[in-house]
Amino acid sequence: MSTLFKDRRPVEDEWVMVDGEQPIPTGVKVIVPLARYLEDPEAIKGPVGVLVEAGESLDGLRGHGGGLDLIALDFPSYADGRAFSKVRLLYEEWGFEGDIRAVGDVRIDQVLFMERCGFTSLLVSHQPTVDSLTAGHDPGIGHFYQPAAGAEVAASVPNRPWLRHRAG
Amino acid sequence: MYRYDEFDRDFVKARVSQFREQVERRVSGELSEDNFKPIRLQNGVYLQLHAYMLRVAVPYGTLNSAQMRMLAHIARKYDRGYGHLTTRQNIQFNWPKLADIPNILEDLASVEMHAIQTSGNCIRNVTADHLAGAAADEVADPRPYAEILRQWSTVHPEFLHLPRKFKIAVIASPNDRAAMQFHDIGLEVRKNDAGELGLRVFVGGGLGRTPMVAKEIRDFLPEKDLLSYCEAILRVYNLSGRRDNKYKARIKILVHETGLEELKEQVEAEFQRIKDGVLQLPRESVGAIEAYFAPPPFEALPATGEILAGAVSQNAAFNRWTRQNVHAHRQDGYASLTIALKGTGEAPGDVTADQMDVIADLAERYSFDELRFSHEQNAILPHVKQDDLPAIYDVLVEHALAAPNAGLITDMIACPGLDYCALATARSIPVAQSISKRFANMDRQEQIGALKLKISGCINACGHHHAGHIGILGLDKRGEETYQVTLGGSGDEQAAVGEIVGRGFAADEITDAVETIVTVYLEERQSKDETFIETYRRVGAAPFKIGLYPAQEAA
Repeated sequence: MSTLFKDRRPVEDEWVMVDGEQPIPTGVKVIVPLARYLEDPEAIKGPVGVLVEAGESLDGLRGHGGGLDLIALDFPSYADGRAFSKVRLLYEEWGFEGDIRAVGDVRIDQVLFMERCGFTSLLVSHQPTVDSLTAGHDPGIGHFYQPAAGAEVAASVPNRPWLRHRAG
Repeated sequence: MYRYDEFDRDFVKARVSQFREQVERRVSGELSEDNFKPIRLQNGVYLQLHAYMLRVAVPYGTLNSAQMRMLAHIARKYDRGYGHLTTRQNIQFNWPKLADIPNILEDLASVEMHAIQTSGNCIRNVTADHLAGAAADEVADPRPYAEILRQWSTVHPEFLHLPRKFKIAVIASPNDRAAMQFHDIGLEVRKNDAGELGLRVFVGGGLGRTPMVAKEIRDFLPEKDLLSYCEAILRVYNLSGRRDNKYKARIKILVHETGLEELKEQVEAEFQRIKDGVLQLPRESVGAIEAYFAPPPFEALPATGEILAGAVSQNAAFNRWTRQNVHAHRQDGYASLTIALKGTGEAPGDVTADQMDVIADLAERYSFDELRFSHEQNAILPHVKQDDLPAIYDVLVEHALAAPNAGLITDMIACPGLDYCALATARSIPVAQSISKRFANMDRQEQIGALKLKISGCINACGHHHAGHIGILGLDKRGEETYQVTLGGSGDEQAAVGEIVGRGFAADEITDAVETIVTVYLEERQSKDETFIETYRRVGAAPFKIGLYPAQEAA
């Protein structure tokens, strides 16, 4: 059982994860594995997202970003931080404007880092994390020693634009 | 030195509260040990053989007397009355209780210290030349760059879950005193022909089970690009570094397997994309950080102190100590000095709470309130008047801190080994103690001259044995501690990985083996000015092998 969070609030998940073999259901928004999407990017009509596993490169998706409404990046474990760099590339290099979703082992202690790197939604299955987020509790620290992604950059301190700033 | 402002203070305080809450969640069971582990590691908390260990960050090894006194207080109150200086210029405490650690961190925060990122798969404490700001041979003080990197890497959201740990060192002199080329990123501050400051960048150095000397990836990176270039390297590494095997996860393996040219192209591509962005360092920003490291108010003094000259001529023991432990300073009439934490038979790098207080007092009174920890596990007073040296020496003698062996064979690096460490396969400290006692005669040590001996208690190489002129690696061979010897390693600007000389030695043979190596060197050297490493580079391993394994070599 997972809960989707956007802007720290639980929201209904309109997306259905479809694995490599299942038939594509009609009338719903589907997320398919990267390999399946790349086999035939035109095959799915309507809103489509892809799931990129931690070990998969984004390179194959280059040029296809425009046709996607969502890209989900997997965290197979707390220790695997590859998606933190991928989201920055999607956000900053590709200028991807759809939803970038963190899925997998999403933990409260990383939520702030995920947001800072550009994730726009989090699919959370870890119950204490669901509880903390629902309760509005965040152990993260709002003092940032470096600009990461997006709005943060503009908010940085005037005398050290390359460096530190407070959240918000 | 760098001083916290309100932002830094608030951040460190918030971090202490955050960790206190995380410890509570661990104790309540909400956090499993698996999920707590990366959190505690990034707060400097290890689980050792017998207890937790707390490693406190000393950025680029620079600290003041109030900080040193707080370390003494922590050693007394929460530990067993001593601390241990590490090869990353940090200090670690071997016996704290987990429940006390949030309180220790609070005490540290009160003197602008913390334990953030002294462990874990993140960017670790940035190290620098321990004579920064004092050495006559540097082109600039490397610490402003180290401080900028420290700030940028502090809780960098993208780089807290790297494939493996990531170490950065900065030097600013052609003479490398910080083993820069054994770092994931090594930086050498230099000037170009136009006189502008920039950095020579090395990547992919490291010790451990696959030792590698770093490779030059940029011969001159403009100062303004420091952070964007490092961020590009880290991003490429985070995406492509191996995660299937923790022993192949350091960037050195990525450099090796990808090839320097290919990796360089990837880094350059990412760098070109981001270099004109927000990470660009304006000169005024660097200048603002440099101001924290402005030279202290030195007095105008003659080049050589009169009192010093008098004491040297009257006191042979003092004279010997000045020969080894006192270093030339950029400022006339001043010197830097090494307080060698390597007295005969002592565990290298261990320092008692009382000694910490003494060193703090000396730093406050004689060295503009500043001291350093070196990666060679010694304390340094960077800026003392030459004429104060006799008075300082007397205090050091009184507190067993005047070992006159800096740079000599008994000034060893040794890891904690099997006496403390859960990873170790053999003991290190007893070997260091035995060698220290064998070579206790100072006349003999001086006769042998400059020699770097480094001991690790397992292949992870925390004791830098690969970089030792003589390296000793403790292994477990069918339940017996066995010590493998390497020769010819070096952590200086001619960085080299030592070569294994032959089969290992038992614990009761290793000191004799070192003795044999030294004897061969003394026979082979062309003059007493030819150092051990120079002789080794000239004659190679052959005569040492004959000395160590006579029967085998004759057969």
